[in-house]
Amino acid sequence: MLKKIAISAVAALALSGSGALAAEGESHVHDVDFSFEGPFGSFDQNQLQRGLKVYTEVCSSCHGMQYVPFRTLSDEGGPHLPEDQMRAYTANFEVFDPELDDFRTAKPTDHFPQSNLENAPDLSLMAKARAGFHGPYGTGMNQLFKGMGGPEYIVSILTGYTGETKEEAGTTLYENTAFPGGWIAMAPPLYGEDVEFDDDHSNELHHEAEDVAAFLTWAAEPKMMARKQAGLAGVIFLTVLSVLLYLTNKRLWAPIKGKKTA
Amino acid sequence: MSGIPHDHYEPKSGAEKWLHKRLPIVSLMYDTLMIPTPKNLNWMWIWGIVLTFCLVLQIVTGIVLVMHYTPHVDLAFASIEHIMRNVNGGYMIRYLHMNGASLFFFAVYIHIFRGLYYGSYKAPREITWIVGMLIYLAMMGTAFMGYVLPWGQMSFWGATVITGLFGAIPFIGESIQTWLLGGPAVDNATLNRFFSLHYLLPFVIAALVAVHIWAFHTTGNNNPTGVDVRRGSKAEAEKDTVPFWPYFVIKDVFALAVIMVVFFAIVGFMPNYLGHPDNYIEANALVTPAHIVPEWYFLPFYAILRAFTSDVWVVMLASWITGGIVNAKFFGVLAMFGAIAVMALVPWLDTSSVRSGRYRPMFKWWFWLLVIDFVVLMWAGAMPAEPPYSTISLIGSAYWFAYFLVILPLLGVVEKPEAQPETIEDDFKAHYGKAETPAE
Repeated sequence: MLKKIAISAVAALALSGSGALAAEGESHVHDVDFSFEGPFGSFDQNQLQRGLKVYTEVCSSCHGMQYVPFRTLSDEGGPHLPEDQMRAYTANFEVFDPELDDFRTAKPTDHFPQSNLENAPDLSLMAKARAGFHGPYGTGMNQLFKGMGGPEYIVSILTGYTGETKEEAGTTLYENTAFPGGWIAMAPPLYGEDVEFDDDHSNELHHEAEDVAAFLTWAAEPKMMARKQAGLAGVIFLTVLSVLLYLTNKRLWAPIKGKKTA
Repeated sequence: MSGIPHDHYEPKSGAEKWLHKRLPIVSLMYDTLMIPTPKNLNWMWIWGIVLTFCLVLQIVTGIVLVMHYTPHVDLAFASIEHIMRNVNGGYMIRYLHMNGASLFFFAVYIHIFRGLYYGSYKAPREITWIVGMLIYLAMMGTAFMGYVLPWGQMSFWGATVITGLFGAIPFIGESIQTWLLGGPAVDNATLNRFFSLHYLLPFVIAALVAVHIWAFHTTGNNNPTGVDVRRGSKAEAEKDTVPFWPYFVIKDVFALAVIMVVFFAIVGFMPNYLGHPDNYIEANALVTPAHIVPEWYFLPFYAILRAFTSDVWVVMLASWITGGIVNAKFFGVLAMFGAIAVMALVPWLDTSSVRSGRYRPMFKWWFWLLVIDFVVLMWAGAMPAEPPYSTISLIGSAYWFAYFLVILPLLGVVEKPEAQPETIEDDFKAHYGKAETPAE
């Protein structure tokens, strides 16, 4: 009896403790249905182009994307900008060339510039460097079904401002329901209707946030489409191989097991 | 090689005879491949092939990755992104290598627990077991150093925490830590030596695998009954065994193909599921991550490491006896390595004369409790080091040691084993009925 009480007490403690942890970590990151989720999901090219526009007109004033080469904007399975558009876009940037020891107009083989502000993190890998979902109870089951939640985290940050601010050590902090700790140094970057989209898509806040999150997911994982195709080909090929090997094995063992061969 | 009577290679043509006189390599391959194998092996005996495949996969993908990787603190992280973005198929090679490590450990844990359940460590297979444990240790070293190479936040802080363990050794710890790191802290020298050793150790593992296979080819495979193959004559042995080729090769390759379906689904559709997001942030010595967690396969031992805090009575006792030399940190390190040591010593801790757990009614329960314990420790290792997780870790660690040091030695004395089949043939027939035509 005593043992039973002890076990249930431990179980209750475990559940309540980790429950609190789970609530702290993920309650404010909401799931978003992105087109690129799941084994068959793919990037929405228009959404990536809209996201690029949000990134260019808003994010890039502080943040950089130092691992992303401009030329990849024309890659299939990505924003897939026409070659001339990509070149025209690239020409808007100035990059520092150590050989010239001076700035020059960017070429397609150059990368996006680094962040302008020291405390603005690079966004190349942001969609993979944050997990929006955890648990439950640290088991990672949510991530199995919803994904790691990187893009969802970005959406939740961009839409999670409450409007409250506070001063701390000379910096203004903004209350944000998705940010760990609740207060973030980044001023609200998007309010809605910040960018006019070329395809007349809605530029409400949550649309802009989802578009830029999708773009940053591509920036972090530019080969996602090719990877999923390779994975699918592997799964199909190996499934067929498994079936053939199963039949081979069955037939091989039949005389040993005293069964009739088919 | 094997002590079980079987046909040996006979060189037939002139060329074969010529070669055989000078180098009996064909004979070696023939005997290795045709080893008489107990015909009642179940699906838990497929993991050896999976592990061999993992080793080859890791070496092949690893060698390709090295062609594009740069081991320097300023360039390592960027060179991984170069592999992911610019190298043809580089993202696939890297994800295969990354998740290949997880498959490797998944398979080795099932392989080890298979051995623990069916008593594969018992005489005369102690050497096979010990060599297996050495392989496991080398795997842990290799995986740990490999995880440092991308030079992300978890790479850096994982390296800092784990090398810090050596710093806990009394008197000489700090010198050892500095010697391991090549400097006062994790830096370029550390990255370079880890890269060098990460390339070296897999070949050490390959050599150990050869010894592992040599050892169990000498004793013959264990099997689910634990009953020995009859060795009186070739005819008798053939009733209990079938040759490894083609029977078990085809069976194992089938199992491998099924496992590969799952593996490719993970690599293709969710390659970062088993990793930590923080490792996509470049290493920064000035920013400590909120939770430093090792990869999932180290979590059970990480839980044991953290379980023994200074308020646990055994730690206080150890500290009092040694006059403070064994503090909580050092005790944790000893416990972590001790947890692996007791597992390595299991051939001499298990006193039961019955090999297979199948015929040990009491052992079964304790064994499955150990499996659950392992999973609970894995979970607790991922949680913050605070109540209730620290308490759960402590209970889990206590059971781990109790299983090997108390329960196994006692069970052999108090347990009344069930009847075992006379022969492997009897066990096989009980499953499949009488064979119409004998093998071959």
